[in-house]
Amino acid sequence: MSLLSRAQAFGLSSVARLAAARSFSSAAAAITPNPSITSSGVVIADSNLLVKDEAAVFDNPELAHIENRETVRLNLFQSVNNALSTALETDESAIIFGEDVQFGGVFRCTIDLADKFGKDRVFNTPLCEQGIAGFGIGAAAMGATAIAEIQFADYIFPAFDQLVNEAAKYRYRSGGMFDVGGLTVRTPCGAIGHGGHYHSQSPEAFFTHCAGIKVVMPRSPIQTKGLLLAAIRDKNPVVFLEPKLLYRAAVEPVPVADYELPLGKAEVLRKGKDVTVVGWGSQMYVLEAAADMAREQLGVEVELIDLRTISPWDVDTIEASVNKTGRLIVSHEAPLTSGFAAEISSTILERCFLRLEAPIQRVCGWDTPFPLIFEPYYVPDKLRNFEAIKKVMDF
Amino acid sequence: MIRAFAQIRSLRPMVAGRALYSSAAAPATSQYPGAIGSPYTKDLAFVDGNAPLPTYRVMDRAGKILDEAQIPAELAGENLVSVYKQMVQLNMMDKILYDAQRQGRISFYMTNYGEEASHFGSAAALTLDDHIFSQYREAGVLMHRGFTLDDFMNQCYSNALDPGKGRQMPVHYGSRALNFQTISSPLATQLPQAAGAAYALKRAGKESVVMCYFGEGAASEGDFHAALNVASTTNCPVIFFCRNNGFAISTPSSEQYKGDGIGGRGPAYGIHTIRVDGNDIFAVFNATKEARRLALEKNRPVVIEAMTYRAGHHSTSDDSSAYRPREEVADWQTKDNPITRVRGYLESMNLWNDELEVEHQKETRAKIVDSFARAEKQPKPPIAELFTDVYDEPTPLLKAQQKEMLEMLAKYPNAYPVGNYATELPDNRHNAVDKKFI
Repeated sequence: MSLLSRAQAFGLSSVARLAAARSFSSAAAAITPNPSITSSGVVIADSNLLVKDEAAVFDNPELAHIENRETVRLNLFQSVNNALSTALETDESAIIFGEDVQFGGVFRCTIDLADKFGKDRVFNTPLCEQGIAGFGIGAAAMGATAIAEIQFADYIFPAFDQLVNEAAKYRYRSGGMFDVGGLTVRTPCGAIGHGGHYHSQSPEAFFTHCAGIKVVMPRSPIQTKGLLLAAIRDKNPVVFLEPKLLYRAAVEPVPVADYELPLGKAEVLRKGKDVTVVGWGSQMYVLEAAADMAREQLGVEVELIDLRTISPWDVDTIEASVNKTGRLIVSHEAPLTSGFAAEISSTILERCFLRLEAPIQRVCGWDTPFPLIFEPYYVPDKLRNFEAIKKVMDF
Repeated sequence: MIRAFAQIRSLRPMVAGRALYSSAAAPATSQYPGAIGSPYTKDLAFVDGNAPLPTYRVMDRAGKILDEAQIPAELAGENLVSVYKQMVQLNMMDKILYDAQRQGRISFYMTNYGEEASHFGSAAALTLDDHIFSQYREAGVLMHRGFTLDDFMNQCYSNALDPGKGRQMPVHYGSRALNFQTISSPLATQLPQAAGAAYALKRAGKESVVMCYFGEGAASEGDFHAALNVASTTNCPVIFFCRNNGFAISTPSSEQYKGDGIGGRGPAYGIHTIRVDGNDIFAVFNATKEARRLALEKNRPVVIEAMTYRAGHHSTSDDSSAYRPREEVADWQTKDNPITRVRGYLESMNLWNDELEVEHQKETRAKIVDSFARAEKQPKPPIAELFTDVYDEPTPLLKAQQKEMLEMLAKYPNAYPVGNYATELPDNRHNAVDKKFI
C-alpha cells in the first residue's frame, strides 16, 4: 500500500534485507543485541525486563513446568519465527500467508519457513488486506489453523470489516455451529522512530471494542513465543500485535521447548506499594525507565504491570494491585481519546473507588495522527510518565 | 538507498529464474515480468471492451429444448419431477412467509421469486461434501440439500429450535450438517472466505469444492476483487456463482457496472468463466457440474454468471414499484419464469398435469401451514443465551454482565416478556455436529 517498499522506511534497503535474510538462515542464529532505543531515548537492551541469564529463564513460575531446559538467544523476530515453526511442526493443517511472507517477510519473521514446510503452507497472497483476512476466515471455518500476516498494523483497516463483522461474530451468529477459532492475524505495530502516519500506529483499541476477538501484544522474545503459540492454538480469532521496535532490539534466551503463556492474564513485572503503572508492548520499557526515575528521585515504589492480553483483559490483577497501592497510571502509545486506558481507568474507578488516593492518570499519545518529525514530542515518554507518578504521589 | 534499490530490481528476473535477452535477437513479445508474452505492436490502439460473453441455454423461455442431448440424466424424468415439486414448495413457502411478515408475525423476509432454477439447478450438480457460502437469496440450495420446512420456520421465528439461537435476522440460515455456512448480512464478505475454505479443503485432500453465491450488486464490493484474485493466484477449487438478477435493491445493473456483466471480469483474473441462462435449470446444472469438474481437476476457481430477473421485491422492507414498472415484473413472472419453464417441459413429457399440480399445491400448502404453526408455538431461546458463543468460553466480564442482566429480570419480572423464552435449550435442537471438516 505504500509507495515503495514499506520496509525501506526502517532503514532496511532491499539489498540489506536480502543479505540479512541469507545471513540469518537459521532462526536460532545467535546475534549481537542491537542497541535500539525508544523515541524517548530508552535503550531496550539495557532493560531489566529482558532476561539476560539463561538460568533465570525458568525462575518464571509460568515457565517452571518446562522439562527441556535448553534455551537459545533470540530477538523478537526470531522468536516469532521460532513460534511459527513450532506451530507448523505440530499442526499439519496450519498455513501462513500474507504479503511477502514466502521469502521471509519484510521483517524476517517467516524466514526459511517456506523452504522447511513447503510453499503450500507458507505463501504470498496478492496485496489485498481484506482478501488476506477473508481467506484466513474461510480456512479457519473449515477447521484449519490460519496464520495471516498484515504487513503493518496501519494497513489492517481494509480488513476491519472482515475481522469485526465476520471473524468476531462467526461463532455467535451461527449459534456455535461454526467458528473461526483457528484464525490468528499477526501484525507489526507501534512507534519506530521515523514511521510517520502509516508505519507507527497502535490500533488495539479499535479491536477491543469488538466482542468475539482477542487482542494480544507481547513485550519480549520469551513472551512472544509463548503468547503467539497460545494465540495460534486458542479457540478464538486473535489479533496479535508485534511491537516492531523490538524485532531486533529485544534479545532473550528463549526456551527451545514448545510452550504457551496464558491469554487473558497480566504479568506483574515489579512489585511496589505506592502506585500501579500498567502498559503493554514496547511501552513497558518506557514505563520501567519512569519507574526507575521515581525510585531514584522520589523514593516511590512502582508496581509495574504488563497487561499482555488487552482483550479480554485481566481486571482482577489490576484491581488487586490498585487496592494495594491506591494509585493508577495507564500508559499507551495510541491516542488518548477512547484508547484502551479509558476502559481500564473507568473499570478500576468502579471497582476501587474507596481505595483510590488520587485521580487515575492516562499517559498516552496525543489526539493527532502519528507525526513524523514530532515523534519525540508525541510519544508518552518516560518524563511524562515520571510527571504522572509525581502528580499522583503529591495529590 | 536509491542505487541499492535499482540494483535489486535488476536482479529480479534472475530471482524469478529467467535471464533477460538470452539471445541477441530482439524478442517479439514482452519480457516485462508483469505481462510476459504480450506481443509488441506498432499500432497505437486502446482496447475498448470485449464482445459480450454468450449466454448458454438448453431450453428457451417457453421450455422448448434446443438440444435434447444436453438434458442431464440427473434431472431427467422423475428426478426432475421431485426437483420441480421443491421449486413449487419454495415458491409457496415464500408467499406464506412474505404474508406472515406483512402481518407482523416475523420481523423480516426475502423471497426467491424468479431465481429458483439457479438454486436447484446448481445445488443438484453439487455433492453434500461440497461446502456452500451464500449471500441470502439461495434458500432453494438449502432446500435441495435437505433443510426442512421446520428448519426454515424455526430460523425465521427466532425460536429455541433455531440452531442460530435466534440471534440473527430471518433468512440468515446455516447448517453444519448440510455444509452450509451461516449467512451474514455484510455483502460479499463470504467471497474471499470461500477461497480460503477451498484452499484448506484442497490441502486436506478432500474431493470437495466450495460453492460461493452472490448477487451482481455484491460483485461491486472490494471483497469480490479480493476473492477472485486470491483464489486464482493460490489455485483454489472454488466456484463463484453470481446471480445477476438486474437489480441491487433499486439500483439497476446499468448503474452497477459498465463492463460485460460479472462474467466479463472472470478472464481478467485468469479464471474459467461461463454465462448461463439462469432461468434454465438444465443450463445451470450443466454449467455447475462442469465447473465442479474443472475446479477439482485443475485446482482452479471458476466463475458462473447466471442471468435472471428478481421477480419479487428486494425484501419486505422494499416496494420495488417505486423504481420499476409493475408490468415489467409481471412479464418476467409469467412469460419467462424458471418454474413454468420446467412445468412446460414436464407437461410435454407427460410427467405432469393440472391435476397433479392442484394436488401438490394443496399438500404443500398444508405442510407449510403446519410447520409454520409449530414454529410459531415454540418458545424463544433462553435469555441467558444472549451471552454464550461470543468466545468459546464466556470471559469473566461477560459472566458478570450476564449476572447483572439476570438480576434486573429478577427485580423487574413484569417489565420484560420473559414468559416467551425457554428456560433451557431443547434437546431436539438442530445442533452442531461433532466433527471437524478437515
